[in-house]
Amino acid sequence: MSALQTVKFYQTGTFTVGNRLLAPEERSVQANMQRTNSLNSGHRACQGCGEALGARYAIDAAMNATNRQLIAANATGCLEVFSTPYPETSWQIPWIHSLFGNTAAVATGIAAAIKVKQQKGQGQDVRVVAQGGDGGTTDIGFGCLSGMFERNDDVLYICYDNGGYMNTGVQRSSATPSAARTATTMPIGPEPGNPFGQGKFVPAIAMAHEIPYVATATVADLRDLENKVTHAMSIRGARYIHILVPCPLGWGTASHDTIRMARLAKETGIFPVFEAEYGEVKSALAIRRPLPVEDYLKPQKRFAHLFGKNPAVDTIARIQAQADKNIRRYGLLAKEAS
Amino acid sequence: MLKQCEGSHAVAEAVALCRPEVICAYPISPQTHIVEGIGEMVKGGELKDCEFINVESEFAAMSVAIGSSATGARTYTATASQGLLYMVEAVYNASGLGLPIVMTVANRAIGAPINIWNDHSDSLSQRDCGWIQLFAETNQEALDLHIQAFKLAEEISLPVMVCMDGFILTHAYERVDMPTQEQVDAFLPPYEPRQVLDVNEPVSIGAMVGPEAFMEVRYLAHAKQMQALELIPQLAQEFKTVFGRDSGGLIRTYRTEDAETIVIAMGSVLGTIKDTVDEMREAGHKIGVLGITSFRPFPLVEVAAALKHCKRFVVLEKSLAVGIGGIVATNVRMAVTGMGLKGYTVVAGLGGRAITMKSLTGLFEKAGRDELDLVTFLDLDWKVVNKQLEREREKRRTGPAAEAMLRDIGAVAARNY
Repeated sequence: MSALQTVKFYQTGTFTVGNRLLAPEERSVQANMQRTNSLNSGHRACQGCGEALGARYAIDAAMNATNRQLIAANATGCLEVFSTPYPETSWQIPWIHSLFGNTAAVATGIAAAIKVKQQKGQGQDVRVVAQGGDGGTTDIGFGCLSGMFERNDDVLYICYDNGGYMNTGVQRSSATPSAARTATTMPIGPEPGNPFGQGKFVPAIAMAHEIPYVATATVADLRDLENKVTHAMSIRGARYIHILVPCPLGWGTASHDTIRMARLAKETGIFPVFEAEYGEVKSALAIRRPLPVEDYLKPQKRFAHLFGKNPAVDTIARIQAQADKNIRRYGLLAKEAS
Repeated sequence: MLKQCEGSHAVAEAVALCRPEVICAYPISPQTHIVEGIGEMVKGGELKDCEFINVESEFAAMSVAIGSSATGARTYTATASQGLLYMVEAVYNASGLGLPIVMTVANRAIGAPINIWNDHSDSLSQRDCGWIQLFAETNQEALDLHIQAFKLAEEISLPVMVCMDGFILTHAYERVDMPTQEQVDAFLPPYEPRQVLDVNEPVSIGAMVGPEAFMEVRYLAHAKQMQALELIPQLAQEFKTVFGRDSGGLIRTYRTEDAETIVIAMGSVLGTIKDTVDEMREAGHKIGVLGITSFRPFPLVEVAAALKHCKRFVVLEKSLAVGIGGIVATNVRMAVTGMGLKGYTVVAGLGGRAITMKSLTGLFEKAGRDELDLVTFLDLDWKVVNKQLEREREKRRTGPAAEAMLRDIGAVAARNY
């Protein structure tokens, strides 16, 4: 890429792009009046829910990429509960919920059935998406997820990561960030909040399986998310997309700040946004204007104990070190800024 | 076609004849030979249009089965013992969703202590999971029940467990009559699901159900099992028409016509019991046998009818409801409520303990004299048990009990009863 960009679509401070400035084929899936509304309106997600937004964009993009030949398997969790309070369902696509920890395996079964039906000439080429929250992915569903990766089953697994068990009342998961307050990591005792040195970053573990495609995304950059889902659906085999989806309830943020929080997670280096193929990082979204982690932490009540009269300077420094490590590891600093 | 083969192999071949579309399995003894056999048939191209998936756990095995069955594929898996327990959450889910998966359970004990040999603790622990449970007496019946199981499961949209004694049946070489593909095709039509994940008619499957409908949904599961009570004998009849032999059904009686004592059991031990009964009949004892093929649904009416004219019944079961006694016996007692019969529970053969004709003869004679305790543990080594109980009375830190009891017994290759 040349250092000089010829046209800058985005407005100052955001990457928001007006679709009308783009050629029709470059416009977002959501901008298309023929979009599928796979996760339709009327569901019961909280105001400002990052997961609902992420799922809507991701599944519509997958529907668009597969010519509407898509089946979704869903883990137990917020997304499942708020979308299907029967007799109401928000899903406009064939959708199954089985259990909390088995979604990747259910998707494997769906893919296997489709493959056989196709061999027999009994069906179209239908693709499969599995989706769950971070608890259903990084904790209880991890065994089935790893198995699906290892067998390279033809499934796109999407994890909507809001950093905890928000559906059950904001308990800690293995995706809860260090120092964060949850109902099971209260801000009390010598090490308030979630302990450092625990937890796991599943995109890196997915890469260790050497699957064809691993990507991360946030709801701050929905075009990037759509593109990654579209790309993932052009590939066969096991694929994994890990989307950071802020949770106003669990994070203690304002409903209108969901996209801002996601953007701050990316711009501080707290959450690296990248793509990897067969275990190797291929590209990363550059941080446009590096920001200190305080900018991300401060608006969130789950980190409130780090600030106030006596700020936890050491703890904030440790979180900054984590962000700096991400920036180094994934090469997140924009070339023009360095 | 008559052939001499291992029970597992016979089942593998029967399953293949049913034209399964997705098979997933995780290895556990004594189920292994079945899935090895099918895996080989798929990989070698002998079984076409079938996906064989080596999964990372039994929980995944049942979950893959849920996904493929919900997508309209005829689905099969097999497990045993710890494997069945490890998949329990998905086992309940499969029946709750009404997915007609067929699963072989190669019956094996549950630990601790770890034990690979046969008893019925595994599938009986799942008696309330909503699956139909059929118990095979012989390798021929195990083979036949699988063919019936697919038809039964798909007709009422419920999963079916075919239970066969681990090692005693799975690893025994016996003569079986292997049906032809034409026969199986004539009996078993292609799977037409009631519900399916279909892009042309999108549905949501597995939604949350609250107090407003949960009771009704659960009752429907019960109603379907009640339908199965009628369907199982019908299918056995149809099966006889196509294959020319009796297999399956709800119960089977043997020499019960004038019997004063009727012994009730499930699975392969029925063979030993029938041989014992034959000998005792020659000695003048009025004794007969009632084999239960369908444990779920439990044929209350048929069991009551079979016991109508006897004086007492003895339930001999390879399972133990710790803290009360028998599992099968409790079900049988429900069937004979108000009939005024004497009933005895005998727990036998746990963890592969041999059940011999000698022990059975003594047991049944004692029952005939009504000298049997209400709950008997057949061939229990009281010396070893009492020694351990005494040890525990005497000191606090007695260490692991199983290991202490094994030490008391000493090294033994095999024991004679």
